[in-house]
Amino acid sequence: MKYMLSRVADSVYWMSRYIERAENVARFVDVNQQLLLDQPDAEDTQWAPLVAITGDTELFEERYGAPTRASVVRFLLFDREYGNSVVTCLRSARENARGVREIISREMWEELNRAYLLVTDAARNPDPVVEDPDTFLRAVKDACHQFVGTMLVTMTHNDAWNFMRMGRVLERADKTSRIVDVKYFTLLPTAADVGTPIDELQWAGLLRSASALEMYRKRYGRISPQRVVEFLLLDPKFPRAAHYCVHLAEASLHAITGGRPGAASNPAERHIGRLRAELEYAEVEDIVQVGLHEWVDAFQTKLNKVGDAVHDTFFALDPVGAGAASDEQ
Amino acid sequence: MPQGSPSGAHLPHGVIDDRVAFEDYALDGFYDEMFVGPGVPRPGCERLAERLAELDPAELTLRQRAAELAMLNIGITFNVYGDTAGTEKIFPFDVVPRVVPAAEWAVLERGLKQRIEALNLFVDDIYHDQKILEDGVVPRHIVETSKSYLPACQGLNPPRGVWIHVTGTDLVRGGDGQYHVLEDNLRCPSGVSYVLENRAIMKRTFPKVFEKAHVRPVHTYPSKLLETLEVLSPNAGDPTVVVLTPGVYNSAYFEHSFLAQQMGIELVEGRDLVVDGGFVKMRTTQGLKRVDVIYRRIDDTFIDPKAFRPDSLLGVPGIMEVYRAGRVALANAPGPGVADDKVVYAFVPEIIRYYLDQDAIIPNVPTWLCEREDDQRYVLEHLDELVVKAAGESGGYGMLIGPASTKAEQAEFAEKIRANPRNYIAQPTLQLSRAPTLVDGHLEGRHVDLRPYILYGDQIHVNPGGLTRVALKKGSLVVNSSQGGGSKDTWVLAEDNS
Repeated sequence: MKYMLSRVADSVYWMSRYIERAENVARFVDVNQQLLLDQPDAEDTQWAPLVAITGDTELFEERYGAPTRASVVRFLLFDREYGNSVVTCLRSARENARGVREIISREMWEELNRAYLLVTDAARNPDPVVEDPDTFLRAVKDACHQFVGTMLVTMTHNDAWNFMRMGRVLERADKTSRIVDVKYFTLLPTAADVGTPIDELQWAGLLRSASALEMYRKRYGRISPQRVVEFLLLDPKFPRAAHYCVHLAEASLHAITGGRPGAASNPAERHIGRLRAELEYAEVEDIVQVGLHEWVDAFQTKLNKVGDAVHDTFFALDPVGAGAASDEQ
Repeated sequence: MPQGSPSGAHLPHGVIDDRVAFEDYALDGFYDEMFVGPGVPRPGCERLAERLAELDPAELTLRQRAAELAMLNIGITFNVYGDTAGTEKIFPFDVVPRVVPAAEWAVLERGLKQRIEALNLFVDDIYHDQKILEDGVVPRHIVETSKSYLPACQGLNPPRGVWIHVTGTDLVRGGDGQYHVLEDNLRCPSGVSYVLENRAIMKRTFPKVFEKAHVRPVHTYPSKLLETLEVLSPNAGDPTVVVLTPGVYNSAYFEHSFLAQQMGIELVEGRDLVVDGGFVKMRTTQGLKRVDVIYRRIDDTFIDPKAFRPDSLLGVPGIMEVYRAGRVALANAPGPGVADDKVVYAFVPEIIRYYLDQDAIIPNVPTWLCEREDDQRYVLEHLDELVVKAAGESGGYGMLIGPASTKAEQAEFAEKIRANPRNYIAQPTLQLSRAPTLVDGHLEGRHVDLRPYILYGDQIHVNPGGLTRVALKKGSLVVNSSQGGGSKDTWVLAEDNS
C-alpha cells in the first residue's frame, strides 16, 4: 500500500484500541473478582480501587455515589454514558469500523458485529451478569480474541494492519500496567499479611486475569511479587507484557514509515524509541525503588505522549461531523 | 418457444402439500411477471416455476431467513432517517427471482440507451446554447424554475461532453405488460449494491434453482463503473479515482463502501479532500495526494460550499473551480438534476425526438402538468384517482396516492397545487405488475418495479439486470426501501429458447 487516508488510519487505529480496551476492562472486573474471592471477608469497599485505576473516580461518584460491587460492575460493563465501559468501547469500535468497511476484511467486520451484538444484548438485561459476571467476561474476552485472530489471518499486513496493531498494543501496554496497579490498591487485611499465602494468592489471581499464570510459571515457577511485576511489565516475549507491547508498537510504526530503530524521523518514532529502550534496560529493582504505583503512573504518561505524537504525525485533521444530506434516489 | 413440450409448462395437478402450490396462486387481474394464468408460467419462466415447485415451502421460508440473517451479519443495511439511534435495517430480500426474457430485455436496453443519449444531449444543451428552449420545445420557464437547474454550471465542458455517467432508471409495467419509464434518476441513483449482493446470496442459498437457468451475470458492474470513471481522468498517467460519501450516517453508506471496496479505490469524505495548488488532493498518512476522478455520492449543491450551499460541511471548498479548470472530473457532473425534474420528465419524448429524431422506445407514464390550466382542473377533480408528485422530490417523498388517501390529505394537496402549480404533476394510478413473493410460507402476488443501471463513459452500457423492488405490503404500490419495500434478484435471460 502506497499511502492511506489519514481519517482511515485514525479510524482503524481507534477501532483496534477500543476493542482492546473492552477486553481489558473486562479483565479489570475479572481481576478484582479473583482477588476478592480469595478474601472471604471482603467488603464492597474493595471495589473502590477498581474505579481508581480507571482514572474516572469523579465521574463514577457523580453517577453512583459510593462504590459497591453492583455499581462498579454496572459502570464498567454496561454504562452507555461512560466512555470506557465495555458496551461503549465496542460501540465506538464498531462506529469506527463502519467508516472503514472497505479497508478491513469482511470476516473482521462480522466478528466485530457479533461482539457488539453480544454486549448490547447483555446490556439490555444486565442483572444476571452483574450477579455473576464470569461467563460474560469470558465471552467478551473470547470475542475480542476472535477479532484479533481473524485480523491476523484475513487481512494483508499493510499499513492499515500496522496502524491497527499499533493501536492494540499501545492500549494493551497501558492496561496491563493498570492491572498491575490494582494490586497496589488492593489492601491486604493487615500489613503483616505481605508475603503470606493470601498475598501469593492475590498475585496468582492477578496473573490469571492477564492470561499470564501458565506462562509465568514456565518462566519463574514460584510466585514472587517482584517476578510477577517483572513478567507483566518487562518481559520481552510475553504478549501482554508492557515491554513486548511497546516493542511491537515500534515495529509497526517503522513498518509504516519505512524507518528503522535508532533512526527516528518523526516525534512518534522518537518517543516510542526512547520508551522501548527504557523498558529494554529497566530492572525490576529500579521499579521497586521508585515505587510500583509511581513507576506505572510515569509509564502511562510516556505512553500518552507516544499516542499524542502518533496522532499529530499521521491523523491530525479537524474533525467535522457528517450529516445526512444527499440526494440518494 | 422451445421445440416440443416446454418443460414445466404444465405442472402436476393435485399439487401435493409439501410442494409450492402455484395452482392456488391468484393473479387477481394484474399483469404477473411469472404466470400467464393460474399455474401456467410465462415463456422463459417454465424452468424457474418447475424448480420452485420442487421445493418445500417450509424450506423456502427457512432459506429466506438464512438469506436475511446473512445480510444482517454482513451489514447489508440502510440507515433510517429521523431515527436518532442510528438504527440499521436490512432491505428485505425476497427469494423468488424476477425473470426478464431476453427479447424483452433487448427492447429495454435499446430504449434506455436512447433515453440516456438524448437526456445527456439535453443537459449539455441547457448548460450551453439552450437551443431546445429557443426552439420552444421545452418551455424556458420550466427549466429556469427547476430546483435542480444550476446556473453555476453554465458553460461547463465535462470530458467528452458526458454529464450523466451513472443512471438508475425506474421502470414499471402496467396492466397490459407495457414497460414505462417512471423516473430517470440522473443524480445519485442508489441500489446497485443490492443487485450484486442479492445475486451472490441467491447463488449461495439456491444453487439448484440457479443452475442452468442461463441468467446473464451482473457482477461486472464494479469493473465497468471503474472503466467509466477512469476514462474521465484529466491526467494521462494512472488515474486516482475515489468514491466521495457524505459519511457513515448516510442511508446509502453501505453501498458507497461496497462500491469502493469492489473497485479497489479509496472511499473518502469531504473532510479527507482539500483544494491545494489548483488540484483536489486527499489527506493521507504521507501527506497530500492528487485525486483525478471523483465518483461523488453527494448532492450537487453540497459539493462545494463556495459555489453552492455555504452551510455544507460535506463538500470540498473550491472544488468547482478545479472542476471548471478541467483538473478533476466529477461523476455525475453537477447539473443533470434539471432533467430529473418531474415536469421536465413529461417532455422527455419530445426531447428524444428533438435531438435524435426518433420516437421514444420506452414510453413515459401519461403525465398531467398542474401548471397547465386544463390539466390542473382535471387533476383537482380526480385527486382520489391520481398519483400526485412534487416536481423536485424523489424517493417516494412528497407524494399523494389518490386511491389510498383520505379526504383531508386530498384537500391538503389541492391547496399545495393551487399555491404552487409549477411544482406538481399527476399521473394515473398504475396497476403495477406483480411477481410471486414469499409471504407467510406461501407465494402471493406483490407489486414490483425495475431499476436497471446504465453507465455512460466511452459508450453507453446497460447492466443486464437491475434492482427489482417489491412492495411487501399487500396491495401496496410503494416499493421504496424507506417505505416498506423489499427487493428481488432480477434474472435477465441470455436466450429465450433454452
